Amino acid sequence: MTAEPLGARRSLASSLAPARIMLAAASLLAVVSPLGALEVSGRVEIEPRAFLHAPEHPPQERHGLSFAIQPEFYQAFDDNRQSLLFTPFLRVDSADDRRSHFDVRELMYQRVFDDFDLRAGIGRVFWGVTESYHLVDVINQTDLVENVDLEDKLGQPLVNLSFARDWGVLDLFVLPGFRERTYPGREGRLRSEPFVDTSRATYESGAGRDRVDFAMRWSHAIGDFDIGVAHFRGTSREPRLLPLGLCADGQPAPSSGCSRAGSSPTPPAEVVLAPHYDIVRRTSLDLQATKEAMLWKAELLHESGPGDAYLAWVAGFEYTWFGIRGSDRDLGLLVEHLFDGRGGRAPHPLENDLFAGIRLGLNDEASTELVAAIVADAEGDATALTLEASRRIRDDWRVELEARAWNGVERDDPMAPLRRDDYIQLTLVRFF
Amino acid sequence: MLLPIVLLTATLAPTAHAQTPEEKGMAIVTEMERRDSGWKDQRASLVMTLRNRQGQESRRELRISTLEVEGDGDKSLSLFENPRDVKGTAFLSHTHATKPDDQWLYLPALKRVKRISSRNKSGSFMGSEFAYEDLASQEVDKFRYKWLRDEELDGRQTMVVEYFPQYEHSGYTRQVVWIDKDIWRIVKTEYYDRRNALLKTLTIEDYRQYLDRFWRPDVMHMVNNRTGKSTRVEWQDYRLSTGLTDRDFDRNALKRAR
Repeated sequence: MTAEPLGARRSLASSLAPARIMLAAASLLAVVSPLGALEVSGRVEIEPRAFLHAPEHPPQERHGLSFAIQPEFYQAFDDNRQSLLFTPFLRVDSADDRRSHFDVRELMYQRVFDDFDLRAGIGRVFWGVTESYHLVDVINQTDLVENVDLEDKLGQPLVNLSFARDWGVLDLFVLPGFRERTYPGREGRLRSEPFVDTSRATYESGAGRDRVDFAMRWSHAIGDFDIGVAHFRGTSREPRLLPLGLCADGQPAPSSGCSRAGSSPTPPAEVVLAPHYDIVRRTSLDLQATKEAMLWKAELLHESGPGDAYLAWVAGFEYTWFGIRGSDRDLGLLVEHLFDGRGGRAPHPLENDLFAGIRLGLNDEASTELVAAIVADAEGDATALTLEASRRIRDDWRVELEARAWNGVERDDPMAPLRRDDYIQLTLVRFF
Repeated sequence: MLLPIVLLTATLAPTAHAQTPEEKGMAIVTEMERRDSGWKDQRASLVMTLRNRQGQESRRELRISTLEVEGDGDKSLSLFENPRDVKGTAFLSHTHATKPDDQWLYLPALKRVKRISSRNKSGSFMGSEFAYEDLASQEVDKFRYKWLRDEELDGRQTMVVEYFPQYEHSGYTRQVVWIDKDIWRIVKTEYYDRRNALLKTLTIEDYRQYLDRFWRPDVMHMVNNRTGKSTRVEWQDYRLSTGLTDRDFDRNALKRAR
């Protein structure tokens, strides 16, 4: 195992990278724009967030205000057989420096050939069928500072060939370049204790972030069944978080302790969590059976890496009552079981949990929706509650409410600070 | 074997006397279907204007591609343009005459393709007065029929036929359908709910002929007789026989729809 410490400070070059990518993409779009109209759309949002309890650690704040913008530039040409899509994303957050971030969500060239599709650039790929956790979805890294629900993803450099045939769809992926998971900073809430110092990331691969990963997936719809089988070999998107002692000068503490010339060794001044990214092989199956109003869903994963191989799954159902009591309202019930064969060694808390949720859709002019869910540890007392509601205002606005609460998280759990991080946030989105 | 019988019934349809009202209804609809087959594929845009009782309006815009499938239900791909929060959402439907349709939804924010239940026949389409089943491909085998009468409607000679849904989970006991004798297209439909009370009235206006053969309307207007709400659909940019294939209606097409 090669531990490869990376630069502790972000260099000037990397902070300029977003600007350079924007410029390059803009000029690329300018070159092709004579071939057709450039479509510009997107969203801006403002998001106040309030925590219900005083923070565990003094530099953390009680309130946060966040602003985000995600424009989308789209240019099609060659009679829609070729296209370019550019979707930059920027968030500025009042409470957490790490949550203020820029990402190229998409910068994708797509070409439709007679018998296959080619995509090359930076993009997002989704695999899977379950709702509570996307176990088999591996191409993109999680943008955790966006939301603890793991739904937000960073743009992934990729080349994808997709063959649609009578026997299904075969996708081949080359993934040059790795994205590190984002984590809240020391001052951010919704974080572990100690916090994750992303500048201390290490890799099993000697190539570090430059390792080229590969993935393939076959998917098919056969009658009522939608099936997907995938294989991935590369750097795990989910790091192990290793405690790392730091001396007063910020250097990792040797096992003998920190020492200054002429004095005796002292214990580390601070402990942080350092992400370590292993190389893994993942083979997965995802399956949905659509039986009228009942959807049966299962995702199954076998992963092997430097540690013991293990099995994990998410399986359950979604049942919808359409048009309840003669109205346009739909009510859905979702139940899933989550299992991870690593048990307590899993780097997330979903090692043996039950998820239950309801989804209410009013099907009104404002597309009002409400989702309420609970995740409960099958072996302990920990539970997580989520409430999400949204509705459109006029034609171009949408308001979203999100609330989360945690109960019964043990004091010695790395996620213990979540006990004090129950929050409510309101997002006002303007589409353009 | 089926085809000669169909043609025979169709030829006899307008004049036959020994037919029961049920046979005559079936013959009329079969002839209507025969006259509108062979367009292969179609692309069109539509603007929906939803209007509530107070007169407040909201707009929906989408593009729909349809592939004619012989011997089974049509395939269609709908792409939402407006409202903006659903822009890029795409809906793929492989309809079937007798078994439930296969439907997938593409959610652009997550890049997720999701197989969805096709049970939801009677639910509102995007908050409009149109139910999913009102917009679905109307295969002959999806209904039983009964001819009621011939009558004049707003200066047009029409045949009035009752449609009885044969698929499960329909919101209607029956529909009363006025078919124009000149162009063999539907000009008006009354929808009766499960208690057999009048629920909605659809009028279809301004038919134009494409490729010298196929009639397509410019306007559809659905009024909810119970709530007073209405939805007006304006169709634009019809293009028929454009050369679309099965590949334009598979799950990959859903992901690249724009």
